[in-house]
Amino acid sequence: MSRLHDMGARFGDGPVVPDFGQEPVFKEDWHGRALAVTLAAGSLGQWNLDVSRHARECLSPVDYGSFSYYEKWISALADLLANQGVLTSQDMIDAVATPHPLAHRAMRSENVAAVLAAGGPTDRKVTSKPKFQIGETVCTKRAENRFVSGGHTRLPQYAERSFGTIVAHRGAHVLPDSNAHGLGEAPEHLYSVALLAKDLFEHPEHPEDEVILDLWESYLKGADDVKA
Amino acid sequence: MSQSNSKKLGELMPHDHHDHDHAHAVLPSEPALRVKAIETVLTRKGLIDPAALDEIIDTYQNKVGPQNGALVVAKAWHDDTFRAALLADPMGVIAELGFYGRQGEHVDVVENTPDTHNMVVCTLCSCYPWPLLGIPPSWYKSDAYRARSVREPRAVLAEFGVTLPETTKVRVWDSTAEMRYLVLPMRPKGTEGMTVQDLAKLVTRDSMIGTGFPKDPA
Repeated sequence: MSRLHDMGARFGDGPVVPDFGQEPVFKEDWHGRALAVTLAAGSLGQWNLDVSRHARECLSPVDYGSFSYYEKWISALADLLANQGVLTSQDMIDAVATPHPLAHRAMRSENVAAVLAAGGPTDRKVTSKPKFQIGETVCTKRAENRFVSGGHTRLPQYAERSFGTIVAHRGAHVLPDSNAHGLGEAPEHLYSVALLAKDLFEHPEHPEDEVILDLWESYLKGADDVKA
Repeated sequence: MSQSNSKKLGELMPHDHHDHDHAHAVLPSEPALRVKAIETVLTRKGLIDPAALDEIIDTYQNKVGPQNGALVVAKAWHDDTFRAALLADPMGVIAELGFYGRQGEHVDVVENTPDTHNMVVCTLCSCYPWPLLGIPPSWYKSDAYRARSVREPRAVLAEFGVTLPETTKVRVWDSTAEMRYLVLPMRPKGTEGMTVQDLAKLVTRDSMIGTGFPKDPA
């Protein structure tokens, strides 16, 4: 049903180790290189943010569990380059210096500031009206991609099939479940939904605490649509 | 060579129905060497410009970081009109200060009060407001923080030395979409009359994630 990345609320992890702002931005030189190579390769335009997130999630459970953060990035980047047809595995082994048809798209140093400053907004104009209103009770659906078995979704399993309250409407945003699989942006209204800790967990730390998630309209049902 | 590449470009269809192949297995397993191998092949094919990589690293190492968020917070503490505008239209005000960009395209500012303490996590990956806070620290990306913050935020906060009264509700924002959250911490006592620059020095990175408090004035 789920993958290892969907770890919210799981048991068994040890303490969090704060750095109180003392840790360098990149603890190792290769961390910075891994981030930079990934961003630069992304600007070739052969995948979107949702495709790249899904590539990291598709690392095997053994790899996902044992790789450090930037190892996940760099390994998923290799997988993306192969799966999106940019390089073959053999290309990666041989590393032959031959021009690539996408070379004209390579991010140049003089463009870096502009590319990073431009970002990639995901809000889109839609003609449909939001189905849910602020203050309305909703219920989350099952945390699974409805287009692709094992596909990308942004509803965590700990928050599936739970009641919550709409606290904000964020406009319409690209739907990751579709966009991660080449099925188009399919923008939908996005809401911030408050779920009470006591509704989510058998043993909440404090009954009044809450978790707020940003959820797309198709992740939600109206309270009236939920069978008693 | 270019012919076979053209053919591959014609087949640029994502693989939707199966888990992806794991090409990374052909690369060296030592992570620094793995990065080097990918950087080398991409550079040799003309797909990346090594000078662009240096520029990206320099941006996040030296230019973009929590000092940006701290300025936003300090200005909000210093000026009620700014604070009201920030809470009403966070993105407009933040963009005006020049802190728009990658991983900060849609930002909301959530204000701590005596009744509500806000704390931010991304349980599914490590989403973080880069233009305001820079690259996230290791603990923010750790399994422990991602797993535990939604279920036992108070236990996690205690590991940061933060204890909240029972009367304060904890509101954990799990950034599951492209919304990014900046916590506006409560202004410390004894800071009346301080300048924006001096106030900004009290704003810690963790206080803007919700895992810490601002520093007290000296």
